[in-house]
Amino acid sequence: MADSISLSEICITAASKAWKDDGELLATGIGLIPRIAAGLAKLTCNPDLMMTDGETFLISKPLPMGKRDASEDLIEGYMSYSRVFENLWGGQRHAMVTPTQIDSFGQTNISCIGDHSNPKVQLLGVRGFPGNFISHRNSIFIPNHSIKTFVEGEVDMVSGMGYNNQHALASKPDIFSVVTNLGVFDFNGPDHQLQLLSIHPGVSIEDIIENTGFNIAIKSDEETTLPSDEELTLIREVLDPMGTRKIIFGE
Amino acid sequence: MNKILSHSDVISQLSDGMTIGVGGWGARRKPMSLIRAICQSDLKDLTIVSYGGPDVGLLCAHRKVKKLIFGFVSLDMIPLDSHFRQARQNGELEVMELDEGMVQWGLRAAAMKLSFLPTRVGFGTDVLKNNPEIKLITSPYADGEQYVAMPALNLDVALLHVNKSDQKGNTQIFGPDPFFDEMFARAANKTYVSAEEVVETEGLGGKEGAIFNRFERSLVTGVTHAPGGAHPTSCAPNYGFDMEHLKTYSAAAKSFEDYNDKYLNISHTDYIEAVGGETFVNNIPLPQF
Repeated sequence: MADSISLSEICITAASKAWKDDGELLATGIGLIPRIAAGLAKLTCNPDLMMTDGETFLISKPLPMGKRDASEDLIEGYMSYSRVFENLWGGQRHAMVTPTQIDSFGQTNISCIGDHSNPKVQLLGVRGFPGNFISHRNSIFIPNHSIKTFVEGEVDMVSGMGYNNQHALASKPDIFSVVTNLGVFDFNGPDHQLQLLSIHPGVSIEDIIENTGFNIAIKSDEETTLPSDEELTLIREVLDPMGTRKIIFGE
Repeated sequence: MNKILSHSDVISQLSDGMTIGVGGWGARRKPMSLIRAICQSDLKDLTIVSYGGPDVGLLCAHRKVKKLIFGFVSLDMIPLDSHFRQARQNGELEVMELDEGMVQWGLRAAAMKLSFLPTRVGFGTDVLKNNPEIKLITSPYADGEQYVAMPALNLDVALLHVNKSDQKGNTQIFGPDPFFDEMFARAANKTYVSAEEVVETEGLGGKEGAIFNRFERSLVTGVTHAPGGAHPTSCAPNYGFDMEHLKTYSAAAKSFEDYNDKYLNISHTDYIEAVGGETFVNNIPLPQF
């Protein structure tokens, strides 16, 4: 089984560890890989996590990707958007998101590329990033680690605050884990510098340095822990039996 | 009391330069028949407050929007709205871009007749840099903490789509998530709702039905009967969003005339026929996320 482990499966497994010590927090994985990763966390390292059906209800068992028989969902509670705001302002959530840009300060952008007054490319808008990053723990998944995503200087429109925020009583965000197609990182280097924790198979330190628009610290260059047989089985047979994850890296 | 109005009655009660809040969320439960009626009208220079979906895109495509107050514009399964992107990239509108929660806070302040509500949200981001009109305030208590004073988003009008209403404006939203429609209604001087179904008060389902009454009728000025009125957005539990139509709509950013001729310059009844008929709309399956 281990012979055919794919990059998406390595990323999902590495990302799932982000929620390990979160107790009963609401785990929100936005996008394919983060969502499967949150489900894997609930089935392995942290069964206490709360999780939604992607819409309005809290469910006891993570839902598989793709079409399913919704009558099989085990619903345990209610989580309308209104309640999500109450939950997140109280700090009771750990989300994993995919910003379009991230900088050395941990600032993130999903709003637009270019000058905000006349954008070159309009993206989503800041959505909930300002509230999320000031209120609760977040992790980040980047499928295309490059100098266009890990940008030099500052992101074009700061949507989620970074470690350079000077506002006294909410001065530091809590960016827990950063998983990319090249490796695993966090922001716990000197003075909250992005630091490398592990490298995915087949990737070199030079690949990572060349594709990051700012200086990073190297805490470890060991290889990212590969998924166990149990984790592979859960990903392939329970969480994503239709293989929707393969679209992310064209596997 | 009878608050039943036609689409054109509602439009005649709107005027240029108004601030209009639109209920729903992204591609979900948008009052699209009223939005299309605005697109067909001579109304202009509107300020739109929305958790944006194709409501914002269509209004942008018709150059109705002077200023947009928003946190996002998205069609859910299609992440970005092509018409809104085009308008932004061509510099066609002013924006007040806010965190989603700040939009709610602004509506809530207006609903409570307050000038602002305090929050930490916004600090450390370019939301404050790009909206210099948003001021800070210091707590008068011992903590002395500084907060963002999110200003009230006072609306002239709110437009909402609901599942059911009687003639008096006793509305019911059956979708599991009512979004922030209640806040839009409370923040507005006048609220107009379009309804899938208009019934006698006896048909509202008594106590069981009343649980789905998300805001009181005194807030409702007019009720328009619009079966399929949220199409191409979803209206749970009646119907899901029409992915094929949303794709057609998205592609129309390149050549809008065809789409406009086929779907915009017609009555709501003819629109529903043009997109496949009422039975078709009511059979669009609800999405799974």
